[in-house]
Amino acid sequence: MKPDPLAPELARVAAEPYYQPIGDEVALFEAAYRRRLPALLKGPTGCGKTRFVEYMAWKLQRPLVTVACHDDLTTADLVGRYLIVGEQTVWMDGPLTAAVRAGAICYLDEIVEARKDTTVVIHPLTDSRRVLAVDKRGELVPAPDDFMLVISYNPGYQSVLKEIKPSTRQRFVALEFDYPAADVEVRIVATEGGVADDMARKLVKLGELTRNLKGQGLDEGASTRLLVHAAQLINDGMAPVAACTAAVARALTDDAEMTETLNDLVRAIF
Amino acid sequence: MTERKLFEHELEERLDAVLFASPSHRSITRLATTLESLPRVQQEKVLHWAGVAAKTYAEIGYLLATLAPKAFELLDDEGFDAWVLSGLDAYDRFGLRPAMDQLRNIELFCAERAGTAVTRLADVEMRLARFVQGLSGRPLAVRAGQHAWTDTENIFLPELVAVHTSAGGNRRLYKTMAALLWAQTRYGTFSVDIEARLGEWADRERALGWLAVLEAVRLDARIAAELPGLAAEMAEVRGPWPEELSAAIAHLTRPEATVSDSLDLLAGFLSGGGVPPRLTFAGTLDPAAAWRVRAERIQRDTETLRKALATLKGMGGKRLSGEHAVSMAMANDGAGMEVRVDGEAVALPPNLPPEAQAAAQSLIQDLGEVPPEALTPAGHGQWTPTDKTGPGPELASDRDADHRYDEWDYHRGAYRRHWCHVYEMAVKPGEPGYVTEVAQRHGPLIRQIRKRFELVRGEDRMLGRQPDGEEVDVDALVDALADRRGGAEPSERVFSRRVRNERSLAALFMVDMSGSTKGWVNDAEREALIMLCEGIEALGDRYAIYGFSGWTRTRCDIYRVKGFDDAYDAAVRSRIAGIEARDYTRMGVAIRHLTKLLAAQPTRHRLLVTLSDGRPDDFGDEYRGTYGIEDTRHALLEAREQGIRSYCVTIDRQGADYLRHMVGPASYTVLDQVHKLPLKLADIYRRLTR
Repeated sequence: MKPDPLAPELARVAAEPYYQPIGDEVALFEAAYRRRLPALLKGPTGCGKTRFVEYMAWKLQRPLVTVACHDDLTTADLVGRYLIVGEQTVWMDGPLTAAVRAGAICYLDEIVEARKDTTVVIHPLTDSRRVLAVDKRGELVPAPDDFMLVISYNPGYQSVLKEIKPSTRQRFVALEFDYPAADVEVRIVATEGGVADDMARKLVKLGELTRNLKGQGLDEGASTRLLVHAAQLINDGMAPVAACTAAVARALTDDAEMTETLNDLVRAIF
Repeated sequence: MTERKLFEHELEERLDAVLFASPSHRSITRLATTLESLPRVQQEKVLHWAGVAAKTYAEIGYLLATLAPKAFELLDDEGFDAWVLSGLDAYDRFGLRPAMDQLRNIELFCAERAGTAVTRLADVEMRLARFVQGLSGRPLAVRAGQHAWTDTENIFLPELVAVHTSAGGNRRLYKTMAALLWAQTRYGTFSVDIEARLGEWADRERALGWLAVLEAVRLDARIAAELPGLAAEMAEVRGPWPEELSAAIAHLTRPEATVSDSLDLLAGFLSGGGVPPRLTFAGTLDPAAAWRVRAERIQRDTETLRKALATLKGMGGKRLSGEHAVSMAMANDGAGMEVRVDGEAVALPPNLPPEAQAAAQSLIQDLGEVPPEALTPAGHGQWTPTDKTGPGPELASDRDADHRYDEWDYHRGAYRRHWCHVYEMAVKPGEPGYVTEVAQRHGPLIRQIRKRFELVRGEDRMLGRQPDGEEVDVDALVDALADRRGGAEPSERVFSRRVRNERSLAALFMVDMSGSTKGWVNDAEREALIMLCEGIEALGDRYAIYGFSGWTRTRCDIYRVKGFDDAYDAAVRSRIAGIEARDYTRMGVAIRHLTKLLAAQPTRHRLLVTLSDGRPDDFGDEYRGTYGIEDTRHALLEAREQGIRSYCVTIDRQGADYLRHMVGPASYTVLDQVHKLPLKLADIYRRLTR
C-alpha cells in the first residue's frame, strides 16, 4: 500500500541511543510508564533531557513523536487541521493526535514556549480520563495504555511570562535533570565526543568554569551538549582552543567582552 | 578667537573668576605672570581646564595652572588633555593626594605616554573580574589599589601598569597578577595564621617579602597542574625564576606542598640576609587583613548553611541532628562536594537553596571541608535568602552602596566612573486607608479611566484569507473554487488564522520624591499613581513604580513602591500612600538604575515615565543647572540605546524650556496646574501605549 503523505507512519527509535544514567531516572520513568502517568522533565538546556526521552522510547519500544514548542504553536498545530485536497477538505492529524492513536511517546519539548491555551488540550490526556478531544471533528480519541505524554521545561529561564501553570504542572511526575557530576560528565564527553579521557576532563573543567559565570553576564554556563560539540570538533582534527572558541565561547554569548573572558578561560585550560 | 596673548592683568582677572574658591588665592598674581609667556591657544586651554578642575576641587585647578607651562614643554596638546584627565580621574578614584601626585609627576606621565604602553585597570577590570569569577566560583571583586594584593574577597590591582611596550604585554601582566592572587585564596595561602608565624622573625617586612615570592612559586605550580594554558601564559610574563630560588622550587612545586612549606623555607632565606627579589607580577601579602576577612566569611557562610539546613527536614533520608555524624568535603577529584551522614555518602539535598550551596562551596575552599558546627541546623527560623529591605535611609550611608553608576560630566566631556552610590529600599508604608479613600473620592473618574483602558486591551483576532492557518476559511474557499470553475487562477489563501494582538509592554514610573514636591505635588503624584494603577490593572501590562531622592552623589536612594513582580495589593497600596517628600533630585543616576531594571524585562516594548516637578537638582552647586540637565540627557540617551522609550511629565509653573533639550521633542508634557496630573497621567499612558 502506498504510504499516505498526510498520515505518516510513526517510526520507532531503531538503534540504542547513548545515554548515561545519572540517578534513578530510568526506573522512575519506567514506573510512570507502567502506571500510565505523564512525566515532566526539568533541567537546564543541553543536559540530556531529549536524549533521555529517545533512550526511553527505545528501551520501551515505543514510537517517539517530538514537538519543539514555540510561541506561536497553536492547538491546531498539535491536534490537527483540515486541509484542502482537490475540492474536498481532508482532516490531517497533528503530531499529538497521531501519537495518541499510535500509542507512542509524545514529547513536548520546552512546553512553556507554547501559547497558554495549547497546554489546556493536554489536560484531559494527563488525568484518569486519558482522552484527547478533537473538537473540530467532534471526536474523542482515547489513549491506549502504551501512550505516554512527556513534557520538558527549563526552570532556568527566570521569566514570569514563561512559567508553567500549577494546574498543568500538578498533573505530572517530575524528573529533575542537571549537569552530571564531573566524572560522569567526563565519561559522556569522552564517549559522545570521541576524545580521550584526558581531553574530556579538560573540557569538563571548562564547563565548570563557565558555569561559575552564570548570572555574571552569562544566562547559562556551557551545557554538556556544548562540551560534546567541542569534543567532536577536536576529534575531527581541530585544535582544542579553536574548537572551544567556536563550540563554547561563541555559542554562549554575543557580547564581545564576555567572549573575550570565555576565551581567556579556554586558553587557561589548554 | 584672536591670536593676541592675554596680558598679566587679563589673566589674573580670568583666573580669579575660575579659581575664586581656592585657598591659594593670594598667589594668583604670580600664577598669571608665569602664564603670560604662553601662546593664546595654550592660555585658553589652561583657563578652561583650570575652571573644570576647580569645579571638582579648587586646589587641583590651581595646581594644574601652576604646572601648565612645564606640561606644555613636555607634552603636545593632546598629551596635555590626557595629563589633566588622568589627574581628575585619580581624584575621582583615590582622592586629593593621589590626584596631586599624578599631576606633579609629569615626567612619569610622559614616559608612560612615549615609551611604554600604559594599560589602565579600568580598561581590563571587567574582563579580569569575570575571569577570576569563572576560576573561583565565588565572588572575588577586582578593585584598584596602590599595589597588588588580596584580602580574599577583593583582588586589589594597581590602577595602571606601564611595564611592557605593548598593551597586550601589560594586559597579560594584569592577568598574571590576578591569577596569582586568586590562587592565594584558592590554594590556601591564608589557611594558616601567617601573622602568628611571622612573629618569629625580627624583620617582618623582609619575611613577608620572601613569603610572597615563595608562595608565588608554589601557586604557579598549582596553577600549572590545573590550568596549563594559563600557566604557560604566566611563564611568558614572569620569565625564568631567579637563580637563588632553585632549591626552593624543587620543594614547592611538589603537588602536596602547602603554605606551611613556604613558611618552613623562610628561615633559610632570612638567615642568608638576602633581599627578596622584586617580582612585579607576584603581589604582596597582608595576612592580618586576609585572616580577618576570611574569619568573617567563614562565620557568615556557617550561619547561612546552618539556617538553610534548619529548614530541611532531613538529608539523604536521614534526620539531621546531633545524633548523626554529618560531614561535607571536597570530592576526591576536586570537583563538587561530597556529603556524608554517618560516614555514608549521600547526595546533596537538591532543595538546599543556592545561597547555601554557594556557602558550602566557599567553606570548602577556605577550610578544605565544611566544619561540623556549620552542619548543625540553626534553631527554628524561616530561611530568608537575603534581607532585601535593608536598613532604613538613615542607615544607608553606613552600608556599602548596592550599585554604583557612572555620571556624565559635561565640563570634561567624559564620564566620572562609579560616581554615584545607589541604595535601593522599599518605601515605608503610609496610612492604610489612604488609597481606599482616594479611590472612593474619585470613583467615577477611575471607572472612566478603566473603561478607556479596556478599549485598548489586546484581543485575539481571526485573520481570514491566509495561506496557512488553523481552520478553513469557507468564504475564501468558495471564492477559490468558483474561480477555478470559471477558469481563473484560484487563490491559495483559503485558511484563517488566529493572531494575538498582544501588548508586550513593560512600563516603569519614576516618581520624584524630592523635598520640593512637599504638599500639593506629592498629593497629586499619589493620586495620579492610584488612578494609573487602577487603569493599568484593567490592561494587564507589566508595570513598576519607583521613587527617587537623594543627598549628594554618595547617597542616591531609590525607593521601591511596586516592583514588576509585585501584585497591586494592600502592601503596594500602603507604599503608594507612603510616598513622601524627601531630599533632592539627582535624576541621571536614578534613570540609569531604573533603566537597568527595565532593560531586564522580557517584553517587546519598554517605557520609562519620569514624573518630576522641575529641573534636576542636588545638594551643592555642582549638579544644579547645566550639569544636571546634561547628565540626565545622557542617561536618557543611554536608555534609548537599550531600546527603552522615555517620557517625561513635569509640573513646572515656570514652564520648562530645558526639557526639549533634555528629553528630546515630543517626549514630554509640562503641566502648569498640579490638579491636572491624575487624569493627565493616565491619559498620557493610554496614548503612549496605544
